[in-house]
Amino acid sequence: MNYLIDSSYFLAAVLFILGLKRMSSPVTARSGIVWAGIGMLAATIVTMATYAHPDVHNTKLMLLALMLGSFIAYVSAKKVAMTDMPQMIALYNGMGGGAAAAIAAVELVRLMSPASENMNSTHLTLAVLGAIIGTVSLSGSIIAFAKLQGLIRTSWNFSGQQFLNLGLFAVVLILGAVTIIQGPETGLMLLALFFALAFLFGILMTLPIGGADMPVVISLYNALTGLAVAFEGFVLGNAAMIIAGTVVGSAGTLLTQLMAKAMNRSLANVLFSGFGNKTSSGTQEEVAGSMKAIEAPDVAVMMAYAQKVIIVPGYGMAVAQAQHKVWELCKLLKERGVDVKFAIHPVAGRMPGHMNVLLAEAGVPYDLIYDLDEINAEFPQADVALIIGANDVVNPVARSNPDSPIYGMPILDADKAKNVIVIKRGKGAGFSGVENLLFFMDNTRMLYGDGQKMASELIAQVKEF
Amino acid sequence: MDVFTGFTALYIFMLAGFVGYEVISKVPVILHTPLMSGSNFVHGIVLVGAMVAMGHAEGTLELTIGFIGVALAAGNAVGGYVVTERMLDMFKSSKG
Repeated sequence: MNYLIDSSYFLAAVLFILGLKRMSSPVTARSGIVWAGIGMLAATIVTMATYAHPDVHNTKLMLLALMLGSFIAYVSAKKVAMTDMPQMIALYNGMGGGAAAAIAAVELVRLMSPASENMNSTHLTLAVLGAIIGTVSLSGSIIAFAKLQGLIRTSWNFSGQQFLNLGLFAVVLILGAVTIIQGPETGLMLLALFFALAFLFGILMTLPIGGADMPVVISLYNALTGLAVAFEGFVLGNAAMIIAGTVVGSAGTLLTQLMAKAMNRSLANVLFSGFGNKTSSGTQEEVAGSMKAIEAPDVAVMMAYAQKVIIVPGYGMAVAQAQHKVWELCKLLKERGVDVKFAIHPVAGRMPGHMNVLLAEAGVPYDLIYDLDEINAEFPQADVALIIGANDVVNPVARSNPDSPIYGMPILDADKAKNVIVIKRGKGAGFSGVENLLFFMDNTRMLYGDGQKMASELIAQVKEF
Repeated sequence: MDVFTGFTALYIFMLAGFVGYEVISKVPVILHTPLMSGSNFVHGIVLVGAMVAMGHAEGTLELTIGFIGVALAAGNAVGGYVVTERMLDMFKSSKG
């Protein structure tokens, strides 16, 4: 039986790595998740089978827990809208962290019962570290979920906050160290306090971080959960958990860095600065010129007779649910022989790649979608750049004004297109609160209105020609 | 329960760490979100650990924590899978 378990865990580890590898190319990505899924299923079924034994008393309860968790997650995962995907990932990730912490808790409580065999100090240390990381990941992910879901709107900031958090973290570490030193003599109360404070630390650490930075934080917690799983895998002597956890830990760390880099921020900056709450302290550049409005029929003419159109979608497009209409417009233009491409900024949407998912949902093929580096050279040849729901990612101020909070962020060079059309609901500034110079340029025209309504109007107008 | 000696585990940590880094390093931005979701699913393997922990739990307290652990881990695995699959299902090429 042990042989069977070990083989299934080995198979799972291999399939996880191959699955992740396949997930890094759009052509094979779909099969990648299936491969990883088969590995998970095999490992779970074999583990369950070893407990389907009349003299193991927890089997029925275990099945109940398994079905309960699976059912709730399945229903919620099937129902969630693509725009809300980031917070659901946060929630499932938090569950994983919580599970790792629960394993640690069971092992630590068991250690205190008189009948238990001793744990060596390496195991004990890793169990405690996994407990801290897992618990922080759980409570932090819950806060991340609540923020993106709009349940918590304010960012909680006060002076000395970082010292409070640091102090709290130190207390958690000390309690952990006491647990390691005392081993079986540790009291239940101390253990409970240890977990409670770790949970509190996760909350306090995540609360001050602004909504725009949440994706980076979610990715970080994803990596942390991986690490916690690896540690608990070591405690249980489970190689599949060690390998899967460590792979996710390192991959997640890299992914977190890539995301932070795409936003032109360092990870430390995201975690400890509270950007997105303060108004910029830098001097705002005086804006010359004015915004010039345009009507839908004029835009339609421009696009219908263009040779090349580049569409720059932002999160505003997804909120307006305009992606289906935009794709319809794109198809219409392509039938007329217009070369239409989508340009996506790495941080468009709520997390890197989120916009690609939203466009894919509308049926836009991924080979029409271009990355910042691929498309920027093409803007000068474009007759029309259609900006829909994007703002900061096309703001030329990031190139020109060193005082601006977004200075240095790589942007899409939409301002270099011959004509720029911006579909926008009102005249307000973007997520960062910075005025967008692009809107005031001579070759820019503003098409005011709801994204979906405007796209429909453009479709109707283009059909006329 | 067979346990790894410290250094065997350290080697596994080290090698798996490099594998994770290498596997991800060439991923295009368009797949960042699905990949994060996919790796979120992969650490759902914590489920087998939670089952083992619950399997040898004694007494109400251990059993309760174990129960919560298994339910949470199952949520991680199932939710992570469904969400990732839904996202990746939508990616298709214009060439069909």
